[in-house]
Amino acid sequence: MTHFLQVQGLKKAYPATGKTGELVVFEDISFDIDKGEFVCIIGHSGCGKTTILNVLAGLEQPTDGHAFVDGREVSGPSLDRGVVFQSHALMPWMTVRQNIAFAVRSKWPDWTEHQVQSHVQQFIDMVHLQGSENKKPSQLSGGMKQRVGIARAFSIQPKMLLLDEPFGALDALTRGNIQDELLTIMQQTRQTVFMITHDVDEAILLSDKIFLMSNGPRAQLAEIVANPLPRDRTRASMHHDPKYYEVRNHLIDFLVHRSKTYSTH
Amino acid sequence: MPLALFTLKDSNISAIFVIFICSVWPMLINTAFGVASVRKEWMDVSRTLEVNPLRKAFLVVLPAAAPTIMTGMRISIGIAWLVIVAAEMLVGGTGIGYFVWNEWNNLSIANILVAVFLIGVIGMMLDMMFARLQKAVTYRD
Repeated sequence: MTHFLQVQGLKKAYPATGKTGELVVFEDISFDIDKGEFVCIIGHSGCGKTTILNVLAGLEQPTDGHAFVDGREVSGPSLDRGVVFQSHALMPWMTVRQNIAFAVRSKWPDWTEHQVQSHVQQFIDMVHLQGSENKKPSQLSGGMKQRVGIARAFSIQPKMLLLDEPFGALDALTRGNIQDELLTIMQQTRQTVFMITHDVDEAILLSDKIFLMSNGPRAQLAEIVANPLPRDRTRASMHHDPKYYEVRNHLIDFLVHRSKTYSTH
Repeated sequence: MPLALFTLKDSNISAIFVIFICSVWPMLINTAFGVASVRKEWMDVSRTLEVNPLRKAFLVVLPAAAPTIMTGMRISIGIAWLVIVAAEMLVGGTGIGYFVWNEWNNLSIANILVAVFLIGVIGMMLDMMFARLQKAVTYRD
């Protein structure tokens, strides 16, 4: 157990129904993530990215294979792993503050009201939502909602974060801003992150390693690309680095051509 | 109603039993439906936060299902009010239902009309009360 997160021979299949045989979404997925690494996983829809994330989160059981986090097998959901959902998944009847406090109280049930509130405030400040603490999610824009989702996941100070396309539903400008914020937060906290994305630039900007998945069914982890850009890259300067286009072209080539034909069988 | 009277041997308890049996279903079915259709993402959030069952029930499931539960209660209170009046007519002795029946025996149509009007107004007020409660627990997505 040298790696922080280990995934071995993960497989997800749905049982045969009537005419069709067993439907294998993905199989033979093995990878490791070290502490402090930011990993993005890219692949076309239907390759089972979300299922892999749900397995890591403990929300779904794989058909075969194992996932270990910090030396222990994932057997169910845990406060050790914070999840940011694609659909932000905030409780609409709670205010921003209550939504985050709900998570904080779940992690530390013995804390006093004062401790909870000051902890919550710290994370509201982190995502720059001062002034919106007492608003309901319906009064917030899409970007702000997702910020609350991120603050909620960070507030329980998990050992690792799982992000399921957190910026998928946002427009390009908002997405850029939140990516910058996330990048700053990551550079400060050195969280271990596993993130799903569709956006090649987002992956290059944020991650240390990029996992490429071939198309499903029977999707596989085709390639692991290490990000050659320096860790202090920013969205503004990243595209001036000559290595940027090299990586970008490599990723896009994969998604457009090789993801369809990739197979070890 | 006669079966209730026969088994329970008490007219008041029988009346309450009949009112209960008539009005409980919309509430029950709506509650079951509301709880069953709590969004999966909210349940997933509670699962990843390892929220204990009691907190989950009161802080997630109950507020999520509250609008549907209130709808059921609103229908139930309407039915209950109607059955209360009808049961009073049968059981006799007290209540506005008994009054209506008694005035019918007295052939006092004016009194009956006033009572019927009053029944209508109270029914409406009960409905409005629950409409307001329903509005209070409804959340905007």
